[in-house]
Amino acid sequence: MWKWLHPYAKTERAYQLCLTLQPWFWVGALVCLSIGTVWGLAFAPQDYQQGDSFRIIYIHVPSAILSMGTYVAMAIAALVGMVWQWRTAYMSMIAMAPIGAVMTFIALFTGAAWGKPMWGAWWVWDARLTSELILLFLYMGVIALYGAFEDKQQAGKAAGVMALVGVVNIPIIHYSVEWWNTLHQGATISKFDNPSIAPEMLWPLLINLLGFAFFIGAVTTARLRNEIVLRELHRPWVQALATEKVSKQTSGSPNVNLKEGS
Amino acid sequence: MSLYQGIFKRDMQVAFKQKAELVQPLMFLLMVVTLFPLGVSPSPDTLQRIGPGVIWIAAILSSLMAMERLFRDDFQDGSLEQYMLSGMPLPAVSAVKVAAHWLVSFVPLLLLSPLLAMFLNLTVDMYIALVLTLLLGTPLLSLIGAIAVGLTVGLQKGGVLLALLLIPVFIPLLIFATSAVDSAALQLPYHAQLAIIAAMLLLAAAFAPFAIAYSLKVSQN
Amino acid sequence: MQFESFADFLNMGGYAFYVWLSFGVTFLAMGIIAIQSLSKHRALLKQVVVEKERKARIKKARQQQQDNT
Repeated sequence: MWKWLHPYAKTERAYQLCLTLQPWFWVGALVCLSIGTVWGLAFAPQDYQQGDSFRIIYIHVPSAILSMGTYVAMAIAALVGMVWQWRTAYMSMIAMAPIGAVMTFIALFTGAAWGKPMWGAWWVWDARLTSELILLFLYMGVIALYGAFEDKQQAGKAAGVMALVGVVNIPIIHYSVEWWNTLHQGATISKFDNPSIAPEMLWPLLINLLGFAFFIGAVTTARLRNEIVLRELHRPWVQALATEKVSKQTSGSPNVNLKEGS
Repeated sequence: MSLYQGIFKRDMQVAFKQKAELVQPLMFLLMVVTLFPLGVSPSPDTLQRIGPGVIWIAAILSSLMAMERLFRDDFQDGSLEQYMLSGMPLPAVSAVKVAAHWLVSFVPLLLLSPLLAMFLNLTVDMYIALVLTLLLGTPLLSLIGAIAVGLTVGLQKGGVLLALLLIPVFIPLLIFATSAVDSAALQLPYHAQLAIIAAMLLLAAAFAPFAIAYSLKVSQN
Repeated sequence: MQFESFADFLNMGGYAFYVWLSFGVTFLAMGIIAIQSLSKHRALLKQVVVEKERKARIKKARQQQQDNT
């Protein structure tokens, strides 16, 4: 059933796939994010309780959802790497980690900037913000573990184990933090829990969600390409590709000669 | 079976030969707990309120220091490789090693706990709850910690990294354990929290040995 | 359009600072990681070429040395 996937275990095929997907991802991200952001900022109706500050929702919610989604995707990639022994799966896992961490950071920052006018404080130990913060720690752990190994093959496997441990823990952390929060603060903070959202408000949110997803795809493919080149430095196909690309970029410029002389 | 007994016995003997490594985490625990009355407030009420959290946080931090020892010596002198080549199932070997490690590093902590409870002015009910959560929670610390130790054992500077990897993972345990003790302070039932910790422990006991074995293989390369 | 004028839009109903700060930091962070990821690729490819040329030069030099002796 999964046979069509197997060719992409080869780095060259995976590189080609990244190359073809990347422009679509960038274009999709640009289009969706511009439409969603402009719509959300200027055309969506005001929230009757929170006024215009609720417009932060158009970046806060997509980044929060996708920060968790990216972690799950990392864990799936790690599992694929473990089961089928694919190097490219580990590479794509580590390509996703930084953008996932950035999404988590965005969710945290916008949450704080939204909290200031709503709660009167930049940081409140709200259940969602707290579990988002812990998610950021989990991302940092995976990235730090990967960075600590010299042998990147080994590093990928180790970081994969940690990603899987983390993904088992995410639901436990989420529910424990939520439960801890109700225990300590009561249900005072329910301003975010709008029972239902008007469709005119929902559409830009969904479009931005799609835009963020495209953006994550674009950055992941870009970083996966980097990872592949970095690990396959001495392969002939990488060298041929690099010669072609670099000569195209610098053709006719005196830089080439300078570099050869240096 | 006797092979596992041999490993267990050997681990215990080695642990008791390196007494300093056994005692130092406990001294660290004691000192961290001492800092709180000095740093926060020596008033009995405050101490009672923050006590469960302080003891658990200190226990987690000191366990991180004790944890490093778990596979380090075996990795460095090559016994780990011998275990792998011996044909014994590695998950079972690692489970035995974790059990031995738990006995030598956490049972002393349990013995020390009455003193900590006295320092932080815990009531008898709270102390009973604390001991129960420690009994259920510290094996969980050992099991999950061993996965990360397995991953970082080959690294030169594994110490801080180990803490970075493990602290976020231990947060649910901290939440449930301290809330059980808090409930005990209010004379409320705390079976639910204990049951959740027990569930996490069983889950870890079922899966962690395999994860530890895998991570040791990764480290051994 | 939900706002009367452009100034109104910038003012965001009094929440200008928080809203524009959030959007600004978000797109700044996204821009930084995008540029970093893309520029690293170029640098890597250049590194590959430089490395290759260096090896070729070494090989050539060795060849010449052998020819001379």
